[in-house]
Amino acid sequence: MAAAPSVPQNAPTSGADILVQSLVNHGVDKVFAYPGGASIPLHQALTRFRDRVRVILPRHEQGGGFAAQGYARSTGRIGVCMATSGPGATNLVTPLTDAKLDSVPLLAITGQVGSQVIGTDAFQETPIVEVVRSVTKHHYLVTNVEDVARIMREAFHVAATGRPGPVLIDVPKNISFQQCVPDYNAPMRLPGYKAIQEQAKPEEIEKLAEWIRAAKRPVIYAGGGVVSSGATEELHRLVEKTGIPVTMTMMGLGGFPGDHPLSLDMLGMHGSVYANYAVDNADLLIGLGVRFDDRVTGKVSEFAGRAKVVHVEIDPSEINKIKHADLAICSDLKYVLAELNRIIQPPEDLVEWHRKIAVWKREDPFRYNLDYPGILPQHAIHELYRLTKDRDAYIVTGVGQHQMWTAQYYKFRRPRRWISSSGLATMGFGLPAALGVRAAHPDALVIDVDGDGSLLMNIQEFATAYCEKLPVKVMLLNNMHLGMVVQWEDRFHAANRGHTYLGPIDHPEAIGQGIGVTPQDRYYPDFITVAKGFGWRGRSVVEKKDLAPALKEMLAAEEPYLLQVQVPYQEHVLPMIPAGMTVRDLIKD
Amino acid sequence: MRHVISALVQNVPGVLSHISGMLASRGYNIDSLAVGETEDPQLSRMTFVVVGDNKVLEQVRKQLEKIVTVVRVDDISSQNHVERDLMLIKVSAPPGKRRDISELTDIFRGRIVDVSPEDLMIEISGQEKKIEAFIELMRPFGIQEVVRTGRIAMVRGNAGGKDEG
Repeated sequence: MAAAPSVPQNAPTSGADILVQSLVNHGVDKVFAYPGGASIPLHQALTRFRDRVRVILPRHEQGGGFAAQGYARSTGRIGVCMATSGPGATNLVTPLTDAKLDSVPLLAITGQVGSQVIGTDAFQETPIVEVVRSVTKHHYLVTNVEDVARIMREAFHVAATGRPGPVLIDVPKNISFQQCVPDYNAPMRLPGYKAIQEQAKPEEIEKLAEWIRAAKRPVIYAGGGVVSSGATEELHRLVEKTGIPVTMTMMGLGGFPGDHPLSLDMLGMHGSVYANYAVDNADLLIGLGVRFDDRVTGKVSEFAGRAKVVHVEIDPSEINKIKHADLAICSDLKYVLAELNRIIQPPEDLVEWHRKIAVWKREDPFRYNLDYPGILPQHAIHELYRLTKDRDAYIVTGVGQHQMWTAQYYKFRRPRRWISSSGLATMGFGLPAALGVRAAHPDALVIDVDGDGSLLMNIQEFATAYCEKLPVKVMLLNNMHLGMVVQWEDRFHAANRGHTYLGPIDHPEAIGQGIGVTPQDRYYPDFITVAKGFGWRGRSVVEKKDLAPALKEMLAAEEPYLLQVQVPYQEHVLPMIPAGMTVRDLIKD
Repeated sequence: MRHVISALVQNVPGVLSHISGMLASRGYNIDSLAVGETEDPQLSRMTFVVVGDNKVLEQVRKQLEKIVTVVRVDDISSQNHVERDLMLIKVSAPPGKRRDISELTDIFRGRIVDVSPEDLMIEISGQEKKIEAFIELMRPFGIQEVVRTGRIAMVRGNAGGKDEG
């Protein structure tokens, strides 16, 4: 961990230099940072480490925060973002909250006004630690330059261990200037932090093995914990040994190969019919690194109502929070699965169970109208999958219908290739997160599948892609509407449009009186011209025959490339279990 | 059910804010909260009284333990323990009533800590019920002001004697 420091060990060093040296010591090679008055000394220090840390300048602090998330989600390493005090810091609140809900290891460093004026409503002063208290895993206001090296150690430790999460360090400007002789190995002071990964007891693993052996209709419900604990191989082995079908949460996609015959795809509100039927019929539900989110369970009391529930989870507060676990194992998941694989014996006979599932899969696959004359959004994603499935692409999304369709139609074979804001579901996530992924994987194919509402929320990051040489692709499914809200309006509010049309208010669509297709001259904004203005290449397609050639052109492009696909807004994400309801309320069409 | 939770926390700025914010944002109701330093200046002790069923209490305890600056959490209600409240109460005390108030204070083993021409200030400690009984007895005299600390509690030694509260 300790790389050779760039300054002599015993020389007095400024707080800012200690901080940056600590980043280097912890293996940080990229920082997404937007400077301002209070963080100037930190940026000055970063220039002194130019050969070891690349600073990527986003065009909005929120973009920087999501780019750091893209870096973290695609690598498993800590993503680092930096902003100045006041508005810079508050612009990080959304990425931090997002990281907390999806358990993403993130380190946010904010400049703060000088210690001497804290609490006086000074220029660009915000008590950011107070603001982010409930949305971070931990947080620090540095009050003494002597503490910088220790706090950095603690922050990296807390962000990455146990259930990962975001940590914020607020650094007053005078602390950045003050000097001391740093001790990069200063002992951590975390008496309340259970750093040791809790490990399952042998009898718990034996009991799980017994229950699996006795199960007739078992289902594995795999979540983000499979990915963050690095347990995908162990899960794969368990499934090969037992034949238990696997359904995944949004965060769990890629934790088990989506194209495996035993994959049931995603479960929950917009999950597959067969996954939801399987969970409903299961006699044993094995939750691995999951939190029984309401988008998964619907009505909790009826979720997996016939099953004994097993919950393997590293965060004790998740156990019995929503759903009572008949067998709760609080442990690192990778350890549990590795131990389980040593002793596991398959259930006696799953033939009937597999047969039943095969029927459900055959009767109700994800489907859309193949005869539609234009391009349906599902078709565009399916085509993208067809053309990129062997290229180990990273697929990032915004939030909304396009995100759900991508989760349904893109089959992820490997973990950390699916990058999507799941718990907080933050629109505007896609483009900046894609940039972070590309920064972490300079040769990778990175594609943001986005919606017009989401893309516009952080469109300034077009500039980052161009200027920082991060040539990502965006496949924009443009329907001129907030499609997911439109869907809910259609289903639950008599199709009354409540500010879900994204064009000018004098268009008939604004009050729900469009003719069904958006005429070419009504598209607003002109995303292709916007993209070109930022130095991107771009192309728009509306006819089915043009889609595949345009996708190929996008994939072949060296530059950042925007492919706009004009799609109808009347499509609904199906199947759907309305919020708080059960599998018996499942809408198929 | 009523639970007394005792939490040992790092004595650093913001811990109280973090804990009270967490409890509020998750909708837990706190009847009483007392905070003070311990024998170790690096650690503080917080004592909460929370009302809720076992499921709620399990979550309160786990969510508290999850806060990085919280070192240890114990639900001591199920153990043999001593609970105390401290109260300062100011009561109207014209010369003719002082003897009555003073006698009641003695019975409750309180102390008169301030005397002015118009009123008396009394210090009294004990279990919640005792404190509340004393408040009721003082009501007819005219209560000017009441300040209470909130509950503090400690588990008894192994011998586990009788509560003299």
